[in-house]
Amino acid sequence: MIKKLDIQIETKNLNVYYDKHYVLKGVNIEIPAKQLTAVIGPSGCGKTTLLKSFNRLLDLRDNIKISGKILVDGENIFDSKVDVPDMRKKMGLLSQKPYPLPMSIYNNVAYGLRIHGKKNAKELDSAVKHYLQEAGLWNEVKDRLHDPASRLSVGQQQRLCLARAIAVEPEVVLCDEPTSALDPIAAQQIEKLLLKLRKDYTVVLVTHTLRQAKRLADHVVFLYFGKVVEQGPADEVFNNPKDPKTKAYIKGEIS
Amino acid sequence: MNRRVLEEKIFKTLMLASVFIVMGSLVIIIGLVIFNGGSSLTIEMFTQTSSGGYYLGRGGGILNAILGSLFLALPATALACLIGLGIALYLQKEFTHPKVSGFIRLSLDILWGIPSIVYGIFCLMIMVFIGIGTSLLAGIIALTLLEIPIITRYMDESIKMVPIELKEGAYSLGSTKFETAVKVVRRQALPGIIAGVLLGLGRGIGDAASILFTAGFSDRIPESLFDSTAALPTMIYHLYASPYPLVRQRAYAAAFILVVIVLSISIVSRALSKRYTKYVIP
Repeated sequence: MIKKLDIQIETKNLNVYYDKHYVLKGVNIEIPAKQLTAVIGPSGCGKTTLLKSFNRLLDLRDNIKISGKILVDGENIFDSKVDVPDMRKKMGLLSQKPYPLPMSIYNNVAYGLRIHGKKNAKELDSAVKHYLQEAGLWNEVKDRLHDPASRLSVGQQQRLCLARAIAVEPEVVLCDEPTSALDPIAAQQIEKLLLKLRKDYTVVLVTHTLRQAKRLADHVVFLYFGKVVEQGPADEVFNNPKDPKTKAYIKGEIS
Repeated sequence: MNRRVLEEKIFKTLMLASVFIVMGSLVIIIGLVIFNGGSSLTIEMFTQTSSGGYYLGRGGGILNAILGSLFLALPATALACLIGLGIALYLQKEFTHPKVSGFIRLSLDILWGIPSIVYGIFCLMIMVFIGIGTSLLAGIIALTLLEIPIITRYMDESIKMVPIELKEGAYSLGSTKFETAVKVVRRQALPGIIAGVLLGLGRGIGDAASILFTAGFSDRIPESLFDSTAALPTMIYHLYASPYPLVRQRAYAAAFILVVIVLSISIVSRALSKRYTKYVIP
């Protein structure tokens, strides 16, 4: 018996145009809560666009047109009543190349806590420590918390970005190929963290490495040229794909 | 010898020659002002105002010009920063269509290239129109106009170069636009902005042509915005025009002081930039 999963994010007929380029074509997907959902597909198929539409980061880009609905916890994020910063706070982001904030390691984590009202120095200290530990970075940085974040290695920067993301207590963590800029060991550390995260968070992982999706995913969405070809539990999609295109992609015949 | 090795050697020599021309000029300029003006560099130069009329200007010091330069360039730079920041923010794509901002950027670049004497004449026209004479105020206006394009373009470029991913990172932590701009974008853009502001200040403090007609000249320290004032560049101009070698020596001493001021601005600018650059995300 498969129990019915709670749905955290749901898109309804989502269309996105960049200029005249039709990127997402009527996407309908459901992303279950407290699971790791991998979005797979060839490069340029709209994976990143899909991910960045979930917290309206696409608003920052020029010449973009969006239609359709995205429901997060049942609420349409394009609704004019939605408080955008508040909605974004629910969704942490790990980007392809880590971009820490231009400040110290400590302040990278404390920044989010401060803007959401935590000002007490002692509370901040213990919270920063806690989230750095969660991200597996504490032992490496505890003696140089006030060094610029730019001095960390790329792998450490990515874990710092994870720490700062979970510091604002999001419900969802959006990951845009978070290991693609990292060396294998750093990538492995991030993968381990993602596996740990899915117990408490809904994780959406965009990846172009099929093996990574197989290792990590509970649920899979296969995008192909802006359309959803197949979605479902990872076992089913990988072992028993229904669509011939999915089958071909998994076998490595199309990419 | 192999042709490619020879080619390499020729280019290396050419590059070295270019470097020598620049470094040599610097050394010669500094050497020249010290050699010619050194004997006139007395304490009185810093503590007394000019006396004996400016063509004869043998007596007193050039305190009025040093203070005049600061009174002109500091307010002008502050004003140019205020106005420049407004323009630079307006130029960002969050506020303005790229076609419009492109046109404004082109205009600023043209303004940057306009010789400072033209700013001087332009301001003279305004002064006649509003009915004020040569004064501190008119000089400040001329220098502000001169500095705006420099400071604005530096601010604009530094803000524009902030990677969108950095802003995305800030936004996805739930920052508002204001928090993103003030707490994140500012920190990333700060070294470039500082460089621009100090470049503007350096240009303003060293420029003679724009203040020649606008600030005029005076032996005294200005007491109000409507008093004429001397500045180091105009002081050098007037002293050097003298037929007396002793007065011309004082022009070199004034030049030395100006060079030291500009050099210090440059050093401060580097130190500040370095201090803030270490946080910048490459």
